[in-house]
Amino acid sequence: MPFDPTLAAIRFGTGLSPRHAPPRDAGAMLAALVGPDGAAQAHPIAPFSTAAPSLRAFRSLSRARRAALGTPQEAAAEAAFQEIRLRARDQRTVHFHATLARGIMTPDGFRERLALFWADHFTVRARNAFGGHLVAPYVEEAIRPHLTGRFADMLRAAATHPMMLDYLDQSRSMGPNSPAGQRQGRGLNENLARELLELHTLGVDGPYGQGDVRQLAALLTGLVHDPDAGFDYRPRMAEPGAETVLGTTYSARAELATVHAALDDLAAHPATAAHLARKIAVHFVSDDPDPGLVAALRDRYLATGGDLMAVYAALFDHPAAWAPVPVPVPVPVPVPGPVPGPVPGSAKVKPPFAYVQSALRALDVPVARIVALDLAASRRWLMGPLTVMGQSWEEPPGPDGWPEEAEAWVTPQGMAGRIGWAMDVPGALLETLPDPRDFVRTALGEAAPEAVRFAARAAESVAEGIGVILSSPAFNRR
Amino acid sequence: MRNTLNRRGFLTGVLGCSVAASPFVTPIALASAPWDNRLVVIILRGAMDGLDAVQPYGDPAYAALRPTLARPEGMADLDGFYGLHPALAPVLPLWQKGELGFVQAVSTPYRDRRSHFDGQDILEAGTPGLDAGGARDGWLNRMLQAVPGVVAETAYAIGREQMLILTGAAPAARWSPDARLRLSPQARLLLERVHADDPLFHAASDQALAIVDGLAAEAVQDRAGQDRAGQVMAGQVMAGQVMAGAGGLRGDHVRLAQFAAGRLRGETRIASFSIGGWDTHGNQANFLGRALGRLSDTIITLREGLAQDWDRTAVICLTEFGRTARENGTRGTDHGTGGAVLLAGGALRGGRVLGDWPGLDESDLYAGRDLMPTRDVRAHAGWLMRGLFGFDRAVIEGAVFPGLDLGADPGLLL
Repeated sequence: MPFDPTLAAIRFGTGLSPRHAPPRDAGAMLAALVGPDGAAQAHPIAPFSTAAPSLRAFRSLSRARRAALGTPQEAAAEAAFQEIRLRARDQRTVHFHATLARGIMTPDGFRERLALFWADHFTVRARNAFGGHLVAPYVEEAIRPHLTGRFADMLRAAATHPMMLDYLDQSRSMGPNSPAGQRQGRGLNENLARELLELHTLGVDGPYGQGDVRQLAALLTGLVHDPDAGFDYRPRMAEPGAETVLGTTYSARAELATVHAALDDLAAHPATAAHLARKIAVHFVSDDPDPGLVAALRDRYLATGGDLMAVYAALFDHPAAWAPVPVPVPVPVPVPGPVPGPVPGSAKVKPPFAYVQSALRALDVPVARIVALDLAASRRWLMGPLTVMGQSWEEPPGPDGWPEEAEAWVTPQGMAGRIGWAMDVPGALLETLPDPRDFVRTALGEAAPEAVRFAARAAESVAEGIGVILSSPAFNRR
Repeated sequence: MRNTLNRRGFLTGVLGCSVAASPFVTPIALASAPWDNRLVVIILRGAMDGLDAVQPYGDPAYAALRPTLARPEGMADLDGFYGLHPALAPVLPLWQKGELGFVQAVSTPYRDRRSHFDGQDILEAGTPGLDAGGARDGWLNRMLQAVPGVVAETAYAIGREQMLILTGAAPAARWSPDARLRLSPQARLLLERVHADDPLFHAASDQALAIVDGLAAEAVQDRAGQDRAGQVMAGQVMAGQVMAGAGGLRGDHVRLAQFAAGRLRGETRIASFSIGGWDTHGNQANFLGRALGRLSDTIITLREGLAQDWDRTAVICLTEFGRTARENGTRGTDHGTGGAVLLAGGALRGGRVLGDWPGLDESDLYAGRDLMPTRDVRAHAGWLMRGLFGFDRAVIEGAVFPGLDLGADPGLLL
């Protein structure tokens, strides 16, 4: 199956755009990826370490507010606290718009897809009451710089990041026999250790047992995020003695290097290679991927020590990545009448964020219009509809991130959300909607299905024509 | 194991739901609701102050703990010990009819960290904690798993919020009244055409339109009664803009309750949704009054909407934890432990405040600050399910709330 530019833009990018020609070939896609990150430059998001307002600022104002209760300073302290809350909320909106805008304007859609994919692999949610605006800065700091590097480096950055340490309770975990654990009578919290093995590296079917989870949890003690002091490694919290994880015994020294050594070994493990290979193939190609494709990705990962660029190259090299994937026919209950046959095309369904992003890109909605939306407008036209579609921004259901399966998104409510958005919102965001007969080519390319072309001609209004095109399976799948 | 199995199972359920709407299958063919009774579970997100909603004014320590919040004026006496917050006055007639009741001094097993996030997860998971097995399914879903022949319409999660309580391997439907579909007849035909070759999209969209049409038909009926029939054409109504309910009540919570009542009149037997606005750290008199007003509107809307089915319905309103016994320095309360449950419904043996009252003296409080929980709130939810749907005790104690001791029957139902 030869390289197909339209499929490349839809399956591996953020969709077709009237502004950018689809990628010429796989080499061009990889070259763009190693080039400068133009989208991030155009729509910057400050990394966690410099993001404002910081957790420290929040806590200091929160303390000041409590201290001022019943004093003449009470009103001023309350006002200062409310001001920082609003600032954080507005900052989160800025991040939402920037993340959306990057995928709308970029010539290099694959990078945006990778950023979403790996951010989901290392899912965090804000656990601190003040941290709602710090998820995107975490992605900017721990994920985005490593998209084209080694998985081991991304693993170190994400697994030890303050947001992850808070999200998976690591900051609360301490060795039961450590000085701090003894003094406070506290012990291990296994949450991060378990998810590291189950989700981030080996996979749920990987070769580990409860003993490994326990040992890794002991090994990770000492990692903390102190909202005032930031990331820290505190030997006083570390369980004394050497831990053995997957048969390897690590240094008894309570230091960050011991944690890094264990993470590096996990990154290099063949089960990690297999887990990530399958996950990449599932995300980009099919919920039931070709075993040859998965094996090729796994082998390239192992041969290169987890060099992600090499893995992406293997993905583009493999014929299965470009093959039409039959759309599965769900028939859970026998029904009378003809059973529809499988339809060749793409089997994956865009999650709501990617769906909205690719629609705005195809519609060529000016990014300046998006980033200028105030919170109320953004909620009405973007954030709220995403929630109805089933994907509230930055609020995945658990540490395993968003679902991959088409059936998770194509539900009655999900479809009501998509169809409703497609009919109403493009007209609210654009002065002039494109002619549906042209838009069907812009959005789907020359291979648009005949039924969608027909609908584009037959709609009774421009808005409904656009709405039907954006509601079609051809546009919703990738 | 946590994720894949459950999610797969869940998805099968969603598909089952879609098939029901297929033009080839009449809804009657799948009408198999296993019971006639109805259960509504409302999650009060943000931690309701049970000590203000149902005020233990008969406890001598109460007034001193609540210098500005304990205000006898406006409070309706319930039984000589407890009084009802003024904002709940509209549901006082239900109390008098035995269709409203409360449980005081209960909680989930969650202790000490007092985080909304964890507290709600534990409330909806129905487990002792979150660290143990990492269960990501909810107790209502586990209850459904124990029933053969459940279809997606049997249980509805309603609203924008993710409802962990209904997530899991058993089929359950989900709908938000915020979902809008305004389609011309021509747009419907064209959608049908572009979806024709893709069964997944076809079935889901069909089901969405069926729900929207159902809502539109209900709206037309409601309006017909008010001599305004014919103003709404089926299919051109926004699903979210059904008529205001009884007494012209309005708001998101009313729409959730209307939608729930509409489903429960049909094939649905279980509905769950949430109401927010309970985290009253400051100026509680104002904010709690509004939240209780919403709750009261919700109960009234459910009762009106369920009509004759109200007699077969129990409503249980649960919150993640209670709030501090003492008022704080900003005329509010902070995160606590023991709290209250509100029960309603025609199936209820109400008119009572249940619960073993622990007292409010310094030494009675949990950690010197919170109302001491004297019973696991899951026991009340468990007895409700047992009474409504006839589950064996072993199912409740083993599968729905693993490890729970149901204890003595509080006799919640008639």
